[in-house]
Amino acid sequence: MTPLLEIRDLAVHFAADEGRVEAVDGISLTVRRGEILGLVGESGSGKSVTALAVLRLIRPPGRIVRGSIRFDGRELLDLSEEAMRHVRGSQIAMIFQSPRTALNPVLPVGRQIARLFELHRGCSGHEAWQRTLEILRLVGIPEPERRASQYAHQLSGGMCQRVMIAMAVATEPRLLLADEPTTGLDVSIAAQILDLLRELGRRTGASMVLITHDLGVVAGVCDRVAVMHAGQLVECSDVHGLFKHPAHPYTRALVRSIPRVDREVTMEPIPGAVPSVLEPPPGCRYADRCPWVIDRCREVKPELLPLEHDHEVACHAVEPSNVVPARS
Amino acid sequence: MRETSAMAEAVVLRRERARRARLLWRRLTKDRLSLAAGGAIVAIMLAALAAPWLAPYDPDATSASDALQRVSLRHWMGTDVYGRDLLSRVIHAARVDLLVALTATAVALTWGAFLGAVAGYRGGWMDQLVMRLVDTIMAFPAFILTMGITATLGNSTLNVVVAIAITHVPIYARLLRGEMLKAREMEYAEAARTVGNRPARIVFFHLLPNCVPPLIVQATLAMGFAILTVAALSFIGLGIQPPQSEWGYMTAEGAGYIVSGEWWLFLFPGVAIMVTVLAFNLIGDALRDVLDPRMRGVR
Amino acid sequence: MSSLLEARDLVKHFPLKGIRAWLSAMGGGARPAVRAVDGISLRLAPGETLGLVGESGCGKSTVARCLLRLIEPSAGRILFDRTDLSALPDEPLRRLRRDLQMVFQDPNASLNPRLTVRRTVDEPLRLHTTLTTAERQDAVREVLDRVGLGPELLHRYPHELSGGQRQRVNIARAIATRPRFVILDEPTSALDVSLRAKIILLLDDLRTRLGMTYLFISHDLATVKYLAHRVAVMYLGTIVEEAPTRELFSKPLHPYTRALLSAIPIPDPDAKRERLILAGEVPSPIDIPTGCRLRTRCPLAQPVCAEPVGLREVTPNHFVACHLV
Repeated sequence: MTPLLEIRDLAVHFAADEGRVEAVDGISLTVRRGEILGLVGESGSGKSVTALAVLRLIRPPGRIVRGSIRFDGRELLDLSEEAMRHVRGSQIAMIFQSPRTALNPVLPVGRQIARLFELHRGCSGHEAWQRTLEILRLVGIPEPERRASQYAHQLSGGMCQRVMIAMAVATEPRLLLADEPTTGLDVSIAAQILDLLRELGRRTGASMVLITHDLGVVAGVCDRVAVMHAGQLVECSDVHGLFKHPAHPYTRALVRSIPRVDREVTMEPIPGAVPSVLEPPPGCRYADRCPWVIDRCREVKPELLPLEHDHEVACHAVEPSNVVPARS
Repeated sequence: MRETSAMAEAVVLRRERARRARLLWRRLTKDRLSLAAGGAIVAIMLAALAAPWLAPYDPDATSASDALQRVSLRHWMGTDVYGRDLLSRVIHAARVDLLVALTATAVALTWGAFLGAVAGYRGGWMDQLVMRLVDTIMAFPAFILTMGITATLGNSTLNVVVAIAITHVPIYARLLRGEMLKAREMEYAEAARTVGNRPARIVFFHLLPNCVPPLIVQATLAMGFAILTVAALSFIGLGIQPPQSEWGYMTAEGAGYIVSGEWWLFLFPGVAIMVTVLAFNLIGDALRDVLDPRMRGVR
Repeated sequence: MSSLLEARDLVKHFPLKGIRAWLSAMGGGARPAVRAVDGISLRLAPGETLGLVGESGCGKSTVARCLLRLIEPSAGRILFDRTDLSALPDEPLRRLRRDLQMVFQDPNASLNPRLTVRRTVDEPLRLHTTLTTAERQDAVREVLDRVGLGPELLHRYPHELSGGQRQRVNIARAIATRPRFVILDEPTSALDVSLRAKIILLLDDLRTRLGMTYLFISHDLATVKYLAHRVAVMYLGTIVEEAPTRELFSKPLHPYTRALLSAIPIPDPDAKRERLILAGEVPSPIDIPTGCRLRTRCPLAQPVCAEPVGLREVTPNHFVACHLV
């Protein structure tokens, strides 16, 4: 069976005053049916741009310069704008980071959802409203009748995010792109939202791409993980493999840099800073921060190569033999 | 040791400044239209400054034999009923119009900014007092108020300045109060207090400079409006008094001659007003695009 | 034990305005108010770091601003090294600010965009010392060096710096006058993961070198664990638990602390944890439940929880406000 989403050699560039910003530099990635893929990276790693590219929402001065994005066997980059709108409306949905600003402030939240049913499912007004209440209940909003007639500013951040999720799943999409859905929410609320996303994924069979900077979130929710650094994909693995044997030096450093409540371990900061992606030199963009750097790293961009089952890494210095457990 | 590092630092500083100047210049000159508007303003200002040398004739010299001459090589804009050279008068009029508008804008800006800053930062009764005062001024139609003030105070050039300044104070006061309310809530305002600044220094050193860009934009746009007001007041005889050449009064004079075919008397001062006001408005818009980072990249 | 800073029964209420508040006051009830901070006491020994943890809206930032008198507390006393801050007139307070500093949350918003790095860091020195211009220049350079910034950044404006550099400038400004007490208001929550670790380590290093005392405010228990000696957990304007860091993380007693800890995602897909899930969301600080404030959400709540509850010391130095412990 073909994967649901298959990205091949995708590159997105932005034209700036100072030159060309290579936000996404030839990444290849697949999302299988029914899985939750974590897309991890720091700000500026190109993870959000990748999601926007899938929806073809890159606006000038940004441009998809090359690559292919196949969704369920269809090439999205060749679709007409009209066909793409249909895909965005009912096949692929996105959940944004700041739910409050993504909601229309002058329309009751229930109306916003009901409109989706009317537009995409051709429901009558009454039927759309019934289904709205149903979906609000599904995403765990108490008293949906009352909440549906409220406005975004009357809801808490967690509630707004639930409404956003309701809107995203209302059209029964087959792929959900969630861009930092819990950033800015309190931990206990964030945990509830993640539980909800996981539960929805299981119930609807939809695939999900969870974009986050938090490896903890990834470990708790995702089936597979792709790690991005400065526009390049450095490692892609099933979640257990990634945390047990992180192969790429960046992934290893990332795992070691996070504070942990569950264990007594020291935090080790990642050396150096995220490099600029403004007309970067060729080769691996982690080279300047990397303890294992060899001459080849600065000349040739490493390919993503399989390392073990369901575990790929893009690094010249990694051999299957020197992949060791992260931390004993 | 310290010597060399100080020198290196000076070099860095100079390089930073040059780089920033280049960036600003590049952004300003990207737009042809605003470049043209900027050029027009510079030209008009230079003409006003150099009027005594630039004008071919004495603007007030009458000559019965030269009365109502058409546009010719000798008189590029013709002459009026007293035989005065219209080009010389239009150039000299630029001095008066620009000077009055500029002074009025400067006075209004200073007072408006001060009142708005204090009202915005202090809040409470001070805010109430200033804002109600501003509301009162704004309750009058602006032009009627200017007319009323000049009519009451007597129509000297100074009083025209005062009248326009009073009607323009609310524009800046309201704008700055709003900006100040925003700036006051910024963390750097709180940081300035934590560091140990006195309130006056926080307002005038930390917050006010951050409110300047919208103020400059507003002042440029209001300049155009001030010029229009001077001209309009003079048009109805309440502004600058003859024989002083002034665009509005000249247009009023010229209007009487349209029917009899002496179109140039009306046209040239009118065009002068239009070009100047348009140039200020265009440059105001351009400045807003450049100075307001939120507008950057929209086009 | 002598303390450097002490807050006793600190209260901050923001009275509500508007017609509804007025009507309710007319109806004989108390004037409604947002009870942001509702009677908390803190004590910081010289050289220690106290973590103040809670979710948004619990009042932790209000506590910080009250302690530095950036806002006026409604009641309570604040003692700084035997000086009563709560009663100090403006001018002596202003002079004392060289010893009381704060690192702000948002590195983008807390630096004046019109001031270069040099002028930002120079300002506290200019206000509080009698150093000459040249001496201050050297001092600025030294402070920047301490926070890991080179002199080439002296003439940069904030927008020309990266997020991490901005936060370092923020820290440099706070420590320039060698303050004795610094409040860290979520200094890492706006930063990327890789920067977070660097800033935390830098802050801890600076504290030991300069002998400062920190109040570290955060919603993130994980970072608090690495910086604080003791932790106080806030919920709805009160402290519900306070204990030495190690003890709090290994033996959390209050259901709220346990729920918070169990909600933190752990970067280990095989970790098995029991989750304590609180129902619903934080109630409004205008309408606070009587008795234990958590009881409307607490999965363990009993009838006794409707009775008022205060902090008590259950084991040495471990304070909890819960009927069931």
